Amino acid sequence: MLEIRNLHARVEGKEILKGVDLTIRDGEIHALMGTNGAGKSTLSNVIVGHPKYEVTEGSITFDGRDLLKMSPEERSHAGIFMSFQLPVEIPGVSMTNFMRAAVNARREALGQEPLKSTDFLRLMRETQKTVGIDRHLVSRSVNEGFSGGEKKRNEIFQMAMLRPTFCILDETDSGLDVDALRVVAEGFNKLRNEKTSAMVITHYQRLLDYIQPDIVHVLLDGRIVKTAGPELACEIEERGFDWIRP
Amino acid sequence: MSSTTQNYIDLYAAHRNRMMEVAPQALNARRDEAMDNFSRMGLPTQSAEQYRYIDADRAFSGTYRLSLPTSRLMAEDAPVAVNNSQLLDKYYATCADADDPIVALNTAFATECLCVHVGKDINTGKPLEINDVLNGDTSLMEHKRILIVLDEGASLTMLMHYVSTDRQQFLTTQVVEVFVADGARLDIYEIEETHTACTRFSNIYFHIGSHATVRHNNIVLWGGITRNTLAATLCGEQSEVTLNGCVMADKRQQVDINTLIRHEVPRCTSHELYKFVVDEQATGAFAGKVYVAPDAQQTESDEVNQNICISPDAHMYAQPMLEIYADDVKCSHGSTVGRLDESALFYLRQRGIPLQQARQLLIQAFISQVVDYIPLEPLRQRLHAMVADRLSGELDQCVGCGLCQPRVQADGCNSSKP
Ligand SMILES: Nc1ncnc2c1ncn2[C@@H]1O[C@H](COP(=O)(O)OP(=O)(O)OP(=O)(O)O)[C@@H](O)[C@H]1O
Ligand SMILES: [Mg+2]
Repeated sequence: MLEIRNLHARVEGKEILKGVDLTIRDGEIHALMGTNGAGKSTLSNVIVGHPKYEVTEGSITFDGRDLLKMSPEERSHAGIFMSFQLPVEIPGVSMTNFMRAAVNARREALGQEPLKSTDFLRLMRETQKTVGIDRHLVSRSVNEGFSGGEKKRNEIFQMAMLRPTFCILDETDSGLDVDALRVVAEGFNKLRNEKTSAMVITHYQRLLDYIQPDIVHVLLDGRIVKTAGPELACEIEERGFDWIRP
Repeated sequence: MSSTTQNYIDLYAAHRNRMMEVAPQALNARRDEAMDNFSRMGLPTQSAEQYRYIDADRAFSGTYRLSLPTSRLMAEDAPVAVNNSQLLDKYYATCADADDPIVALNTAFATECLCVHVGKDINTGKPLEINDVLNGDTSLMEHKRILIVLDEGASLTMLMHYVSTDRQQFLTTQVVEVFVADGARLDIYEIEETHTACTRFSNIYFHIGSHATVRHNNIVLWGGITRNTLAATLCGEQSEVTLNGCVMADKRQQVDINTLIRHEVPRCTSHELYKFVVDEQATGAFAGKVYVAPDAQQTESDEVNQNICISPDAHMYAQPMLEIYADDVKCSHGSTVGRLDESALFYLRQRGIPLQQARQLLIQAFISQVVDYIPLEPLRQRLHAMVADRLSGELDQCVGCGLCQPRVQADGCNSSKP
């Protein structure tokens, strides 16, 4: 369970989050919507511990642990995964080496032996098939020269490799063609179990047709100003945000 | 004159007769003249344009016992000999810059010369590996000399590996003269893996004929003070020279690479790619000059120097230079000094990779581009592994010599690896 209380955060000296309260229980899918620049990615980055974002007030706990005291890698080992809005290209680091390091770091943190090379490669192959990502992408450098859509698929591939319990999907639908959107969303649904929870950030109802949220929030100017059921997303799609503004 | 320079003049006087006894005639013939040259110039200070990044006078100031090297050759049929007099008579001290104080000092003290000769149209096949091992139970100074001659159409791949087995202070000068005749091909790799109490000044000079290919790759993994001077002169048309290198420096390592490529004739190509990663209190310097003579039309040259400073206390100096006197040329150069990509670092950490390991992955990715240029697959693999070991700290060559800060020593920097 993720609990955010009165969260204030700054980036480059500017206050972006101005008191966010949010509770996401195990197994729940929450959609987070809001205008450009409202602070959705900022909230995500604060949850995963990006050093550029400074928390000035408030708390975040995850399964009872004080998240703000944990390093980004510890948060990852605790089961938190973020699919980045803009996945970064890392030339010279192969997907294989990257995933091997990530999988084994997580195993080490959980007190497990590193995977044997053959087992690891089998896991790569099987996961690649599950999420339907091109075999050739997985043999290249991390995101290097990937198209926008390929990068998003690669995020889901990594999610499948790491099996997180709480996922943030930050506009994973943007840049995906209709077919790819379905493939990616179905990939995500396959990975879910009754304990998996998620925060899905999107501007469109489309994604929520595939990944059905239990709760929809609207974040405007650093605050959650409205929370309701899935119907809220449809309403926003029709009417925009103006009617919600306080 | 500095007292250090005076010490070398005195050392010369004390050892001259003995050196004259043991060394071949070709070396002796140049000795006094070189010493005169050296006395006149003295050790370079930082006011000398060529040596502004390392205080050579200070680097040479320790107390060392002069060692007169005697090379042992393991392979009988290799194209290597010690003091091949035919080769020496023809080539010795004809290519190295006599006005460089390090060359002068080396020429004054060298007592043997390792000679590599590949005859006309011969391809040696298997790479020739020269292991230069520094060992001794006291502080030692050595002046090494190497001559490499490739006749027309000859082909050679060569690996020079500098290591140290004892944790003494070592001071080495090395001068390598390389003659690559028309149509010949030379691939030469130099890897330095000594330790933090080693000072190494190495000068290599290439004289390149026409239709020849020369690739040099300089990998500095460990050392104390390292100065590598490279000069390649393109003397025949349609030749290509590539000078690449990568440097990983931390603790208080100092690594200074100084290159000069001279296009004396038309229609040659030169490439340079140098990458430095400097961390902790290390200093890196790269100065690369490309000279294009007035007649050297249709020259193509590119020079890339990319550097990463990891810690705020690390320093990097970069100085690419073009000096072009011909008008029909394609030349480019670029140099960058940056930090590790923060967003890439965070991406790796979000996936659970610990900070230190994430850094290593990024540094290795940055450096590996240089290693990727090595055409020989097994060698490339081996070098990738060496770079990885260096970064993971598995190969800690710090002797706790006072060159590094106490904090680092307390972290177990006295490794037991021999
Ligand atoms: N690293 C950063 N440096 C400087 N400003 C930032 C940074 N990250 C976010 N901001 C600023 O904070 C504000 C909120 O940005 P954020 O990315 O959280 O918005 P968002 O809700 O995700 O918007 P979008 O829907 O466009 O993705 C914006 O004004 C943005 O410019
Ligand atoms: Mg965003």
